[in-house]
Amino acid sequence: MAVLDVNVVAADRQIWVGEAKRVIARTMDGEIGILPGHEPVLGVVADGEARILTTDEKTIRVQADGGFLSVENDRVIIAADQAELL
Amino acid sequence: MGAQQRVFKQKIRSTSSLRKIFKAMELIAASRIQKAIARSQAAGPYANALTRAVSAVASESNVDHVLTTEPESVTRAAVLVMGPDRGFAGAYSANLLREAEELIRLLRSEGKDVSLFTVGGKAKNYYTFRDRPIEESWTGISETPSPEVAREIGEALLKDFTAESGDGGVDEIYIVFTKFVSSVKHDPEYRRLLPLEVVDADEAATTGGQAESKTDAAAFPLYEFEPSAEAVLDALLPRYIDSRILSALLSASASEQASRQAAMKTATDNADDLIKTYTRLANTARQAEITQELTEIVGGADALAASSAGD
Repeated sequence: MAVLDVNVVAADRQIWVGEAKRVIARTMDGEIGILPGHEPVLGVVADGEARILTTDEKTIRVQADGGFLSVENDRVIIAADQAELL
Repeated sequence: MGAQQRVFKQKIRSTSSLRKIFKAMELIAASRIQKAIARSQAAGPYANALTRAVSAVASESNVDHVLTTEPESVTRAAVLVMGPDRGFAGAYSANLLREAEELIRLLRSEGKDVSLFTVGGKAKNYYTFRDRPIEESWTGISETPSPEVAREIGEALLKDFTAESGDGGVDEIYIVFTKFVSSVKHDPEYRRLLPLEVVDADEAATTGGQAESKTDAAAFPLYEFEPSAEAVLDALLPRYIDSRILSALLSASASEQASRQAAMKTATDNADDLIKTYTRLANTARQAEITQELTEIVGGADALAASSAGD
């Protein structure tokens, strides 16, 4: 099964890299859920929590404040001004 | 001990204590280069992600944005000079300021007014000493630039850029910084920050002083924009500028430490040479003194012998 290649970066460092089954992030219009095969998206991330369900069924929670999110070819990049793992 | 010997001993003592200081500064700089490079690399993924996203929006949509449109006529340009806070770095700040002067002369020859922004105490002092007005300056951050400071600088520059030319607004923004290539090679250079020419990931990576880059920037998929292309661009561009400023600051700070290390290494070597020379001179002085004393004793004994033989 296809997996998402997820990369969470903050302005000054990399926060988390890995493979995931599902990513849920908060954009300005509300939450967006991303599964493998999602269409390419460039979105503005609102302050809030992003949840990443990894391939080994663990949930990673990241507090991301401001920034953007890009999805293409199952590559998800969350680039936040400030971010930390919860 | 003779007077001359004492003079040399004193000089050796003071040079040795200076040498200790130079050596310590060299070691500190060496350890900080590594930190600066690490920071620069840590900021790389974010810069790459931003660059890619900005290029994607710029190439996908026909959105006109105030930050990317070339003004019809440029009357004022802002120059941000990223210098060091402290000296003891050899020709680092001299080279940087020379590059800045060159850029300013070039801009003036094109009939543009120049307003100055500076980072670091050295650049600030250079211009205040020459009575040149500085719009805004940031000090105390050249060795440990943070994203917060980059954002602050970015906001200040953007405010001037978006203001009308009449009330202090500028039409172009340039940055002058020292690009870190390796610990022995770092060149001062200037770039235009605004209006934006979106550079590809390759070039952005070299600004950030890191090797890794993505070259697949050419083919972008058809993105869906959330909430809209304009909103995405609005959110991305200021961040892109902040990120360019941050990577320039990080590159400058790595260059600063590298220059400082090189300068302190030279100073330590020179101190070693001086100590050697003075030791030789002190030895010669001591030997001369001994020879003199011997001559005096022998001479005295001869004189005594001659006078007693004469009795």
